[in-house]
Amino acid sequence: MKIRGRAWKFGDSIDTDVILPGKYLTLTEPKELAQHAMEGIDSEFSRRVQPGDIIVAGRNFGCGSSREHAPLALKHAGVGAVVAKSFARIFFRNAVNIGLPVVICPEAYEAVEQGDQLEVDLEGGVLRDLTKGVELKFTPLPSFLLEILSSGGLIPYLKSKLGVRDAL
Amino acid sequence: MARSCRRSVSPGEYVEASVDLAMFHELTGPLTLKVLRKLGSDKPWDREKLVIVLDHQVPADTVKTAELHKELRIYARRWGIPYFYDVGRHGIAHQLLVEEGFVQPGMLIVGADSHTCTAGALGAFATGVGSTDMAAVVATGKIWLRVPESMKIMVDGELPKGVYAKDVVLHVIGEIGADGATYMAVEFHGSTIESMSISDRLTICNMAVEMGAKTGMVNPDARTLEYLRSIGCELRYPVLRSDDNAHYAEELHIDASKLEPVVACPHRVDNVKAVAEVEGTPVDQVFIGSCTNGRIEDLRVAAKILKGRKVAEGTRLIVIPASQRVLKEALREELIDIFVDAGGVVCNPNCGPCLGGHMGVLADGEVAISTSNRNFIGRMGSPKSEVYLASPATAAASAVEGRITDPRRYLP
Ligand code: SF4
Repeated sequence: MKIRGRAWKFGDSIDTDVILPGKYLTLTEPKELAQHAMEGIDSEFSRRVQPGDIIVAGRNFGCGSSREHAPLALKHAGVGAVVAKSFARIFFRNAVNIGLPVVICPEAYEAVEQGDQLEVDLEGGVLRDLTKGVELKFTPLPSFLLEILSSGGLIPYLKSKLGVRDAL
Repeated sequence: MARSCRRSVSPGEYVEASVDLAMFHELTGPLTLKVLRKLGSDKPWDREKLVIVLDHQVPADTVKTAELHKELRIYARRWGIPYFYDVGRHGIAHQLLVEEGFVQPGMLIVGADSHTCTAGALGAFATGVGSTDMAAVVATGKIWLRVPESMKIMVDGELPKGVYAKDVVLHVIGEIGADGATYMAVEFHGSTIESMSISDRLTICNMAVEMGAKTGMVNPDARTLEYLRSIGCELRYPVLRSDDNAHYAEELHIDASKLEPVVACPHRVDNVKAVAEVEGTPVDQVFIGSCTNGRIEDLRVAAKILKGRKVAEGTRLIVIPASQRVLKEALREELIDIFVDAGGVVCNPNCGPCLGGHMGVLADGEVAISTSNRNFIGRMGSPKSEVYLASPATAAASAVEGRITDPRRYLP
């Protein structure tokens, strides 16, 4: 799986209240959630982000609550992947489960600048900064997590395993 | 975890484990059900092992919330879920699970809420997950987990006057950072923890997630078993304790006798400072409640300080007991009188302003001191507000003075 897009840089400890403020937790429609993605730190983000764009952040991205609304908002706003020095545990799980690729690559934050064109190769474990011509390596996720991601999330993955057809 | 997988496991491994108890509430439940319907059926794998709680915005504050409540109510009725806690029987889920006897040592508990780790105070392995994970649990009773490394936090010595469990856990977070225990199971050991009440242990384990941990745990001991007996809970799982020669990825030692009252300053839980450093900071609002510090023991401490005193002019005090049971006990002990006489507002049990939901959200530029567990930007309302986290004693003393105050001056 390869993802291409522009880099959006955020710092350390970007928490779930910043990614999707608590007052929107009563929303369940991904489209509505998407309109408030990253609102706590950048109210323009959801309007300006383009499909495939990649968030590059510091340590402990997604710390805080278990709200799946947070990765959902990012995914439906168009974010193609989140690359960070490290992730909070629940956010990491949630992101994989809903099919938002997450990449742990500690060097990316220093190497990449806002707006750079990036390409992430999930299976190959390579992050390319096409603007700078730099290549960074990272450890790919275990294969069953990659399988979940390439299926589009845990549910499509389980569905294909269980042989459930798209009746709903 | 080994018990739930029926074999021995080692850190770093990915395993499939059987869940003993699952919980979701009105903010995470509807999303879970939506995911389940995509899978074809929202039938729970075992209706006796599912607890559904309305706790975040209770009673409903908006039509939208009312719809969420209604959806879970219909779901519970449709599948005959025996443990559905509707408005009136409710309480904050993490408190309710404990006081209703759902939590026992040795269980694997999964909740669609990050503070599910609270239950580790009774020796359960309890962890928070998102809605898709929860949907897979509700459908299959199983969950994929990465076996965590363990971290040992030893707290020894007697706590000085005015220093409480909340100060201990904030101190730990300040020391190791908000990601200091990411992915790990944190075990709390030592004489201080052993002599703590169950309530205090719950406060400590509640905040394990604020260090990034998968769960926080206290080894079950005589006090744990005595507590479970007192609430009429029959043990159904083997009481597991960590091995004496267990290997820990990291260890931290804390001398409790050297601690002082602390606060976590805006906007990070690990931005911990001694109360003395920020004393005098004016506060618009004081919130005493939440799954961290909304128990009867917490209200007693606050009431002791507020008794016969008034909340400072220009400052609002909001007290929210964590459950209907806590509320009833607080009424019986006449603590509610003390709060109201002091000029405080007492709301019915629920999460209230802790997550900026309702019952006292903050306006632009306002400052609050709160006994809850998060002070992220906008957590309790406006993104331009500020939140300090503290113990119930520090919060109560600050209500009296209208600014951040060292509680030791108000204690005998
Ligand atoms: S009291 Fe606050 S932290 Fe606890 S469950 Fe409610 S919203 Fe979450």
